[in-house]
Amino acid sequence: MEFHSSEELARQMRRQIILMLAAAKSGHPGGSLSATDILATLYFDQMQIDPQRPDWPQRDRLVLCKGHAAPALYAALALKGYFPMEDLAGLRKLGSKLQGHPDMHKTPGVDMTTGSLGQGLSAACGMAMAGRIDGEDYNVYAILGDGETEEGQVWEAAMFASHYHLSKIIAFVDHNRLQIDGNIEDVMSPEPLEAKWQAFGWQVQRIDGHDCQAIRAAINWAKAEKDRPSVIIADTVKGKGVDFMENQVGWHGSAPNQEQAEQALAQLGGC
Amino acid sequence: MSEIKIATREAYGKTLAALAKENGDIVVLDADLSKSTKTAESKQTAPERFINCGIAEQNMIGVAAGLAACGKTPFVSSFAVFATGRAFEQIRNSVAYPSLNVKIAATHAGITVGEDGGSHQAVEDVSLMRSLPNMTVLVPADAWETEQMVRWAAEYEGPVYLRLGRLAVPQLPAENRSFKPLSGELLLPGSDIVIFACGMMVDQAMEAAELLRTEGIKAAVANIHTIKPLDEDFIVDQAMHTGAALTVEEHSIIGGLGSAVAEALAEHCPTPMSRLGIADQFGQSGSPAALLKHYGLTPEAIAMRAKMVLARK
Repeated sequence: MEFHSSEELARQMRRQIILMLAAAKSGHPGGSLSATDILATLYFDQMQIDPQRPDWPQRDRLVLCKGHAAPALYAALALKGYFPMEDLAGLRKLGSKLQGHPDMHKTPGVDMTTGSLGQGLSAACGMAMAGRIDGEDYNVYAILGDGETEEGQVWEAAMFASHYHLSKIIAFVDHNRLQIDGNIEDVMSPEPLEAKWQAFGWQVQRIDGHDCQAIRAAINWAKAEKDRPSVIIADTVKGKGVDFMENQVGWHGSAPNQEQAEQALAQLGGC
Repeated sequence: MSEIKIATREAYGKTLAALAKENGDIVVLDADLSKSTKTAESKQTAPERFINCGIAEQNMIGVAAGLAACGKTPFVSSFAVFATGRAFEQIRNSVAYPSLNVKIAATHAGITVGEDGGSHQAVEDVSLMRSLPNMTVLVPADAWETEQMVRWAAEYEGPVYLRLGRLAVPQLPAENRSFKPLSGELLLPGSDIVIFACGMMVDQAMEAAELLRTEGIKAAVANIHTIKPLDEDFIVDQAMHTGAALTVEEHSIIGGLGSAVAEALAEHCPTPMSRLGIADQFGQSGSPAALLKHYGLTPEAIAMRAKMVLARK
């Protein structure tokens, strides 16, 4: 396979996200585009995985807690080779392996079924516990939305991970500042996020969530920690890469029409 | 009937502790109730695979899901109110929907929790769990059956709900019994009416059948230990044979055994029937014996209801 940087793969993922959502005529572009660089860096640069063996017991795991960003995950998995690129066109259609939210049994490479906000980090804790019981060394990545941290279960899981010193958990908060009903600070502020995670016993780092170098460095910083779980608060832009979607709450859960998709693809550059 | 009374939670704790020692895939989780749910015994036999999740049931279910996703067989315990109620949507989306191999063994089900009162007496747990696709729902009648079920659940691949009680209950005669997973069990043949019971109500139903016999009424008693998947063929056969049916459960008559049997009979063999259980109300404080009497779950009340059904034949 030809070598591509995470940055280039992120660009290709964004193209696929637009194509998929336009074909599906529904879905969540905003939060998919904000999480793209994180997923690209993880899947193409960091995670110990093998697309030929999606069930490899020693693999790193990823729980997409904010399951509505499924198109970004599917784009990463297809580009990584878990399934043919053509399958992306089936998103959200009856009988498709690509459900509206991630399904671990239908989609090769999906490690946990998610979609109901607040539940993913708990599953990540269980995976890290299983790794400890088995004496395995794999990492468990979890990607949460900032709005998602309004769910109480997130903090139950945060307490658990810290209590049991689950240093193999590396969580990201995709801090795009918007949720369906508006700005997170207007709807129900989860701030100050850094202080909250710190108070729950996590080591915290804040980065630019669209800078693949910074994402890579933060993951390495997290991997070096052997006692505490790590959370990377990634400042992002909802709808990143498509100017008319950026920072627009209306693009949380509506798909681009054909014309808008073409406009978006033109901005994202050729395939 | 044997004089020895053992709570199903006791049998669960003992069986699980032994199993956890034998089977390295078993992980035991509790939410700060391990002394009451009896999972504390597993902490002794397999301390490295016992996880206290603290008072956080929602997270506990999710942790169990993650363990199962990595090949473990987690047994999760709390009181039935919290396990199925507080964490319902976690069970739905993180366990049942992905059909993960999580065993939810909930104790303190029903009104025989006693003095703690209605806040702690789950009368809707079977109803909640029965409505979830992929979920198997088991209600053991005594300690022996509990042990069989725990061992079966550990081998079975998929989500299981096991409903356990706080109160020490009599043992059904163990001779000639063999646990047939997912099957109805005819404990007493009869030709006039069939009483379908589950949990500790099986023993009460057996006593009710004795009372009825003194009046010349031959009631059959069947132990429906598996509420889901329901052994519909068995239930239809018994209803057809007797022509009258009564269900008895220490649970709301909405959504539990009574509903399941009524659904099966309505579709396959319409039969005069009645559902005896908690009649769409919450429990309250009191001794278990006083509560059973108050809510009409005694052998006398069962026999009386049976006669009311018989009158409709």
